[in-house]
Amino acid sequence: MIKVEGLTKRYARHVAVNNISFEVGKGEIVGFLGKNGAGKTTTMRVLTCFLPPSAGKASVAGYDVIEQPLEVKKNIGYLPETPPLYPEMEVDSYLAFVAKLKNIPKSEIGKRVDEVCERTSIADVKKTIVGKLSKGYRQRVGLAQAIIHNPPVLILDEPTSGLDPEQQQQARQLIASLSGDHTIILSTHILSEVEQSCSKVIIINNGEIVAVDSVANLHRRGRSTEVVSVQVAGAPEQEIRRKLEEVAGVARVISRDSRDGAAAFEVEGMESYFVRPDLARAVVQSGWNLIELKAVGETLEEIFLELTRSEKSAVSEAKPQEEASLSQ
Amino acid sequence: MRNVFTICRKEIGAYFVSPIAYLLMALFGLIFGFFFYSATAYFVLEGTRQQMMGQGGAMSVNEFVIAPLFGNASVVGLFLIPLISMRLFAEEKRTGTIELLLTSPLHDWEIVLGKWLGAMTMYICVLAVAALNIALLFAWGAPDWRPVLTGFLGLLLQGGCVLAIGCFISTTTKNQIIAGAATFAICLLLWVLSWVSSYNEAGWAQAVAYCSILTHFEPFSKGIIDSKDLVFYVSAIFLGLFLSIRSLESLRWRA
Repeated sequence: MIKVEGLTKRYARHVAVNNISFEVGKGEIVGFLGKNGAGKTTTMRVLTCFLPPSAGKASVAGYDVIEQPLEVKKNIGYLPETPPLYPEMEVDSYLAFVAKLKNIPKSEIGKRVDEVCERTSIADVKKTIVGKLSKGYRQRVGLAQAIIHNPPVLILDEPTSGLDPEQQQQARQLIASLSGDHTIILSTHILSEVEQSCSKVIIINNGEIVAVDSVANLHRRGRSTEVVSVQVAGAPEQEIRRKLEEVAGVARVISRDSRDGAAAFEVEGMESYFVRPDLARAVVQSGWNLIELKAVGETLEEIFLELTRSEKSAVSEAKPQEEASLSQ
Repeated sequence: MRNVFTICRKEIGAYFVSPIAYLLMALFGLIFGFFFYSATAYFVLEGTRQQMMGQGGAMSVNEFVIAPLFGNASVVGLFLIPLISMRLFAEEKRTGTIELLLTSPLHDWEIVLGKWLGAMTMYICVLAVAALNIALLFAWGAPDWRPVLTGFLGLLLQGGCVLAIGCFISTTTKNQIIAGAATFAICLLLWVLSWVSSYNEAGWAQAVAYCSILTHFEPFSKGIIDSKDLVFYVSAIFLGLFLSIRSLESLRWRA
């Protein structure tokens, strides 16, 4: 549905997006992940024909963003970072206005407006002036505006920002319910959101893609060694610690906060060792109580930070050379 | 065309839900009302004086009241029109709603034309206040109605031309005050450009004077529709709208 090839967007002084390529298939929900200023919004703006690319190609639903912008726009629902609302309009007349802009036949406009109000749970403020709505409602009106013409592709720039946790949950459910018929790209910096609602993640940093993968794969690729969280009761912490360190394949034991009389540790195994059974045996054979033993998966947060950090150091290493070559 | 109409309707709504429409109409009503009162009072006084002195010939309402009033209205218009046009694009750029328009399946010209027509409608509502005053003359006198019509036509053309220029200026900034002030400065300049021909007869001075908006208005206020003036106004409107469309387009590659 969405195809981006070698896309570059240069502003006067800096490169916002540098030679990125990715593809999004029909019905996929893709999370666009990156720090502020990483190039998420720029990429979305190119896809929605708001900005032309400096180089490279992008197409949506088979239409090129430069050659056939009108066709692209017909197939896209877009929620910009700040919802594009007219503060002086009432919610329903605003939605009707958008519906007209999106070429919905006159006879269907009323029905569509009611439908999206229902879906985004803003039916109770239909007659309210947009300027008087709270931030959460505005965001949802923005979302309603994006889906009013039932577009095959949805591009949502931080759709849950400004919502309270309950509304965020609702918004995620709404987005999830839209998948299937709709191809969705959403940008965010809330990682749990990506884990919950996206099938694929694109991590972008300093205008470059550092990872395109499914959420599960990203988790898997994070670490090659095993990290286990252990809680043991029945002996002084020092003693337990010594015992754990003796287990074959254990590289490191880190003490964590102990509570309820149980000592807690984080045990890092050596590469290609599977330490959990041996740990359990060691504890039980010593006659202690094993309260907890679980593998600690790397959180998406850590993966994200790692990916974006390493990229940064690579860039800062590259810079001096660049300057050196310039001075030559 | 449907899109143009949609945007035009939205613009009119925006003027009339905010105080700006009523404020402009009230201000114009106040200023024009004062001019109207002065002109008619002077006309009545002068008319009675001439009758008492026994000087013959009735004075013409058209010549002594309506023509100067149209002249005044066109000048007052130059001051008020920037207030109508300044928000057209600057406001959308500031609030980010321009993103909605530019990512909807619309042509740029539809957006510009719709907005300009919306602003024109607002301007027509302001002129309607002037029309109320002039209607009073018809209630108590019998002026010739034809110069009145051409006068309003002239006001419309002149207003359309300034609105188109203001629309263009509004596309270039996020700041309404800047848009308004720049439009106002240009209006003022276009008003006084004709002065140059009074002290210089060189070719360039003639050309500069030709660009003055008000010199083209005078014939209209006297009931004359000169094709020369018509062409000037219509081409100025086209130029303003054309520049707006180009400028809107450039938002994409300049950003």
